[in-house]
Amino acid sequence: MKHQIRFTVNGDEYVVAVDPRRTLNEVLRDDLNLTGTKLGCGTGDCGACTVIVEDRTVSSCLTLAVSVNGKAVRTVEGLAPSGEELHPIQEAFVKTGAIQCGFCTSGMEMAAAHLLSRNPSPGEEEIRAGLSGHLCRCTGYNQIVEAVSVAAEAMRNSKTEEVKG
Amino acid sequence: MKRFSIIGKDVPRTDAATKARGSAIYTDDMKLPGMLHGRLLRSPFAHALIKHIDTSKAASLPGVKCVITAEDTPKIKYGNWRLFPETQDEYALAVEKVRFIGDEVAAVCAIDKDTAEEALDLIEVEYEDLPAVFDVASSMQPGAPVIHDYCPTNISVNRKIKYGDVEKGFADSDYVREDVFTVHGVSHAYLEPCSALAQVDLDGRITLWTSTQVPYIVQCLLASTLGMRENDIRVIKPYVGGGFGGKMELRAWEFCAALMAKMTGRPVKFTLSREEEFLAGRRRHPMTIHSKVGFRKDGTLTAKDLKIRLDGGAYNAMGPTATFLCGNFGAMLYRYPNYRFHGEHVYTNKPPASAMRGFGAPQSLYATEIQMNIAAEALGIDPVDLRIKNAQVSGDEIPDVAVISSCGFVESIKAVAEMSEWKEKRKNLKPGHGIGIGCYSFISGGVFNWFNTQYPFSAAEVRVFSDGTAHLLSMASDIGQGSDTVLKQILAEELGLRMEDIRITVADTSMTPQADLGAWGSRVTLMAGNAVIDAARKIKEQIFGSVSARFNLNVIHELECKDGRVQSKVKSDYGLSFGEAVAMAQKANRGEPIVARGSYTPRDKGLVTPAFGFGAQVAEVEVDRETGLVEVKHMWTAHDCGTVINPRSVEGQLAGSIQMGLGYALSEQFVMDGGKTLNTNFADYKMPMATDMPPSDVVHIDTYEPEGPMGAKEAGEGLASPTAPAISDAVYHAVGYRCMDLPITPEKILEDLEKMSETGDKQA
Ligand code: FES
Ligand code: FES
Repeated sequence: MKHQIRFTVNGDEYVVAVDPRRTLNEVLRDDLNLTGTKLGCGTGDCGACTVIVEDRTVSSCLTLAVSVNGKAVRTVEGLAPSGEELHPIQEAFVKTGAIQCGFCTSGMEMAAAHLLSRNPSPGEEEIRAGLSGHLCRCTGYNQIVEAVSVAAEAMRNSKTEEVKG
Repeated sequence: MKRFSIIGKDVPRTDAATKARGSAIYTDDMKLPGMLHGRLLRSPFAHALIKHIDTSKAASLPGVKCVITAEDTPKIKYGNWRLFPETQDEYALAVEKVRFIGDEVAAVCAIDKDTAEEALDLIEVEYEDLPAVFDVASSMQPGAPVIHDYCPTNISVNRKIKYGDVEKGFADSDYVREDVFTVHGVSHAYLEPCSALAQVDLDGRITLWTSTQVPYIVQCLLASTLGMRENDIRVIKPYVGGGFGGKMELRAWEFCAALMAKMTGRPVKFTLSREEEFLAGRRRHPMTIHSKVGFRKDGTLTAKDLKIRLDGGAYNAMGPTATFLCGNFGAMLYRYPNYRFHGEHVYTNKPPASAMRGFGAPQSLYATEIQMNIAAEALGIDPVDLRIKNAQVSGDEIPDVAVISSCGFVESIKAVAEMSEWKEKRKNLKPGHGIGIGCYSFISGGVFNWFNTQYPFSAAEVRVFSDGTAHLLSMASDIGQGSDTVLKQILAEELGLRMEDIRITVADTSMTPQADLGAWGSRVTLMAGNAVIDAARKIKEQIFGSVSARFNLNVIHELECKDGRVQSKVKSDYGLSFGEAVAMAQKANRGEPIVARGSYTPRDKGLVTPAFGFGAQVAEVEVDRETGLVEVKHMWTAHDCGTVINPRSVEGQLAGSIQMGLGYALSEQFVMDGGKTLNTNFADYKMPMATDMPPSDVVHIDTYEPEGPMGAKEAGEGLASPTAPAISDAVYHAVGYRCMDLPITPEKILEDLEKMSETGDKQA
């Protein structure tokens, strides 16, 4: 028996009929073609599938699609304001060399977005803690940590500009 | 040294923005109309005869479109070592017998994943269990079960290297040390599970998109195993989520996707689960290393005798190369006047080991480096001084094997000792703290043509246009290491263009020039980079003529491509914009496009590699005597990769190497019960996380490799080797536990501390 669910992803509303065992990861990737969210393990251990539901990060591979009924989901595709511009977090990942194979990237960026929404000026330890549970096999994490702090600064600066402006 | 405009700059990677957006397409992100989903049935037995397979129930499940076993295939064996066909020991689907838990037995494809999964359970296989062997020693016993009929000893490769007179060397020694080391298997653990998608076109030809490091090898081997012609197979590498050596062969799912696409007429995709990756995936070779090394009193090396047995698992995979290389690496770093190596690659009933970052070096150099430290202590010489005394230098030769061209090894050791304040720390650290050193050398691609290709090892095609842009085509594979960016940088530098002036098409065996052997052994920058330079120089010859004619230049004028212009070197106003120069050359050629092909094949470069990278690393650790836990406090690295083409990329590679080295030393291992891998998820296979990474400092030692493109050579892979010995030596320095069997675990440390407190001494 399929359940009909209604939810938003990056502000767009979707209505989908899903099998109750279907994960959010499958619905995003297979039904909605939002393949920026990756599947690295399927067991909640790598963080590659991380998305934001309401204001919490979740492993989409462990989240049942039916559980997001009525909720707002944010994925990596919702970060950049347009095709020509990047989100400051993405900008920072590009600039610092935090992206190698890129398979962990969207999960890392979502974790960073969540972290910075709660703590606009995290220290290095806090960033590392915020990224723990996210595996990267390529970068050794250092440039990712640097990216998050570069992004934090850029976001703080643009906030002050907004306030001033 | 030459001044560069783009080389050596922190150019952002060309693929970074699309990856940051989540719009980079990896194989599993792809979907085609009518696409079917495939799954593999794997053997639950480590060694068994297949008596009978009944696929009828699975085939009649609604939604199932195709079920195959070996009977539906041409049963043609494959393997990367085409030069020696007897080493090609693998079938895509098991024929008559299975040789490890996870060996592929049958495949299904269905309209969705769940149906395919359900169908797997309906395939009935009758096995007859056979005695199995799980370690090298039992596999080599007389009367041990024979794993492959062609190989009654279970020893599939024997490799010997010998120069000088080892016995005489030992006889002339004041100190001889003999040890046995064992090193364990670890997983590549690339984040992207393997995936392949095949489609058949109108003429029955096949296009395969696959997560691979070696599109050309997959193309050739897929053609031979399907009984098709090479040109009937097109392999395309989309973005790949890491490889580290684990994706450098033809694999069962690539074969099955292609065959089933042919049989069903519909696209077929296979994507492995993480559990399958851990259960049956390739891994780094466990090895038993017997090493005997001799010194004179003053620390001068006299001889080395090295015997290595590689636990190859059930198939050769890239084991033959690892067998060759671990012997070559055994002769690297230091000047052994007399050297003997015997390597044996041994079959066991375990998942096959294969290439993994460092390709035989991390294992072999672990033994080298630990023995150097043991010897230093026994001889009363500082480990740093002992290394410098014996270090290889530029011009050194390993007879019949290699000549070392550029070499910044001594400088690396000195730099890392200084950065880490080695001399003081080695003497005055707090109790429980320790500092240790490890060094490495690594290849910049292989010379030996085991694949027996008839093409150049790397090739490039460059097309230039009157709008001032260039198009680079190369079969080289960027698997995350950043080679697309590096190749673009090299072309931009050579043609005096900007990064944004260059379009790149890569790793498509039908569209990019034949051939490229793939991304492994740190070969891409040197080999594909040289091919790009070769093509770019041919382009310059064509467009220089037009500028020379246009300005009526004396033939002795030197021309250059610089800042988007083609001009006289001494009088830059005698010149045109790059686009104008192309337009003129094209006009002079009556419309023919300006295109050039370049290639690189190492010739007359010995048996191993055209160029070696070098480096040294120091680790500082703190060991908790109560829990046995090791905390790495700091890492210092000095390395020589020739010209640094992209500093940020190189630093990222180094940090990634440290992460992997840290895991290799301290936390990662396969937990096996006989032939069964028990830890098949990331919760139980412990890879270092962001919080586990120590602070680290790096210096690049400035050298120029004459054989490399713009002086560059290997970067980032060699560093898979020094981290484990550096940490291991630091642990010894801290608490006196000398690890002879990786990994270093709290249990081993505590057990050893207990023994020491009983006997009251520090063992060496
Ligand atoms: S895929 Fe969800 S945590 Fe790994
Ligand atoms: S960039 Fe490859 S896993 Fe993080």
